[in-house]
Amino acid sequence: MAGKRKQILFSALEPGLGLKKALEHTQTEIIDIIKLSRLRGRGGAGFPTGLKWDLAYSAKAPKKFIVCNADEGEPGTFKDRILLNEHAKKIFEGMAIAGYAVGSQEGIIYLRAEYRYLRPVLVQAIDELRKAHLLGKKILGSDFQFDIDIHLGAGAYVCGEETALIESLEGKRGEARNKPPYPTESGYMGYPTVVNNVETFCYVPYILIEGAAWFQKFGTFESTGSKLFSISGDVKKPGVYELEMGTTVRQVLNLVEASDTKAVQVGGASGICVAEKDFDKPLAFESLPPGGSIIVFNRSRDMLNVLKNFMEFFVEESCGQCTPCREGTFRLLEGVKLMEQGQCSIHYLRVLRELAETMKISSKCGLGQMAPNPFLSIIDNFKGEILARDRVTDSIPL
Amino acid sequence: MKLESQTQNIARAVKRVCDEYHSRREKLLQILEELNELYGYLSEYVMKEVAKNLDMQVSEIYGVATFYSFLNTKPKGKNIIRLCQTVSCELAGKQRIANALENELGIRFGETTPDGMFSLEYTNCIGMCNQGPAMLINDDVYYNLDPEKAVDIVEKYH
Ligand SMILES: Cc1cc2nc3c(=O)[nH]c(=O)nc-3n(C[C@H](O)[C@H](O)[C@H](O)COP(=O)(O)O)c2cc1C
Ligand code: SF4
Ligand code: FES
Repeated sequence: MAGKRKQILFSALEPGLGLKKALEHTQTEIIDIIKLSRLRGRGGAGFPTGLKWDLAYSAKAPKKFIVCNADEGEPGTFKDRILLNEHAKKIFEGMAIAGYAVGSQEGIIYLRAEYRYLRPVLVQAIDELRKAHLLGKKILGSDFQFDIDIHLGAGAYVCGEETALIESLEGKRGEARNKPPYPTESGYMGYPTVVNNVETFCYVPYILIEGAAWFQKFGTFESTGSKLFSISGDVKKPGVYELEMGTTVRQVLNLVEASDTKAVQVGGASGICVAEKDFDKPLAFESLPPGGSIIVFNRSRDMLNVLKNFMEFFVEESCGQCTPCREGTFRLLEGVKLMEQGQCSIHYLRVLRELAETMKISSKCGLGQMAPNPFLSIIDNFKGEILARDRVTDSIPL
Repeated sequence: MKLESQTQNIARAVKRVCDEYHSRREKLLQILEELNELYGYLSEYVMKEVAKNLDMQVSEIYGVATFYSFLNTKPKGKNIIRLCQTVSCELAGKQRIANALENELGIRFGETTPDGMFSLEYTNCIGMCNQGPAMLINDDVYYNLDPEKAVDIVEKYH
């Protein structure tokens, strides 16, 4: 039943049990179990996890890597921080199972610099897992070995994009690569690499223990299981909630005791803004892609101001490597400033919309492809309060 | 004479850090992070020495150093205050915190106090959105700020 609070990740897990179950299976059996569970990546794009692992498994190479993406930088997202701080062993167990399944002995967790204070927690968890023979050589007495390195980021949102993350891991500027080749074929140092989100790894031990059929029971057909939502903004009870996939926006608003809600930004700055008419839509990959972030705005908020904040974010975080994104984010922000002053003609707004559509198809990575999302959705949904505002000044810049 | 020994010291420290990472190119970010921590910023001289040790172009080192907001290529204050400017903190009243910090430190965002104790910067979302406004001072995180609380916290770093 959608909307019920479903605790998977927030329920107890016996450390090592998932890994023990995994070692009773062959590599391909594990990949089949993950495929059958229809688990999809929780880092935003929703790529099927079993398929990703299969691609890395099938790649022939002397070495492979498992990378955990803990760069959590999407505005409004803090679910991974909770997992890192309170459930680190689940993450690492999931990584070890992935390592066994695809044939990798080396894991790396890429931790954003802003979370450096969590590093000691991770170091300790890794230490304890080594002592319990759940990491290191001869895991649980088997021939399988797997260990994990912590790698700190240095403050750049775009490094959350998986190929930029790999560049950063290699000590370079975090600039996205052209795909293909995908990381599963050629990733860290050219070796096949699985990059998954913190939350994605956490579900893995539960699926190994309880089975794919159990996991499928939750959520919708295309989006199985539960999902962590980071909820902030104009609500009485902000925080991280674990909810079944398919929960509607309205159910979430009721749960966190939001009142007088005007708009909800789903999926952070890269996501889309929905108004009341869409509050009954389900949060699921096939409808409103959930991402990790839900930001709620009440009727007192100026949506143009919200949009300006998002566009400033993208202008700052664009790596500047490709023109549609570098120039486009700048133009869109300038446009928002014109609108703010009541000086953007409807004609120019149409030019900006075309530019936004161009950015979606011609930007090199997800940052530039998704930066138009808040621009288009906020303007579409809140035309009434945005277009042809009273002029602040009479001089027309640009 | 004194200056010379100072540069020699730096060169030695850079070599030690590079050695620690076997002067491997893919460890550049960690090497720069460590040196940034040690000196507070990456001077041209430090970058030149890193380039020598790693057998790379200085321009490449500079390119990496300037890409990341936690690496400084100019001297900064002993303590770096990073106030979150992203949307949830904005809703929660980050502007008032910004005003309070500017008033108290007597500097604007992007500046460093004359005594070299504090640099004041904006940062984007630091994952504390449910408890905004939030800021980092060096590696420590503070949240649920109000103007008075923010100023009291900064005071403790004096
Ligand atoms: C600009 C940008 C930032 C991203 N940031 C993150 C992030 O912080 N964490 C994350 O897991 N995925 C992030 N992603 C998605 C990753 O590229 C990648 O799809 C994901 O890590 C794959 O893991 P998953 O399949 O488990 O979701 C980002 C993507 C883009 C385009
Ligand atoms: S889309 Fe933007 S962030 Fe991505 S590579 Fe191009 S300039 Fe860089
Ligand atoms: S918006 Fe300030 S911490 Fe996320």
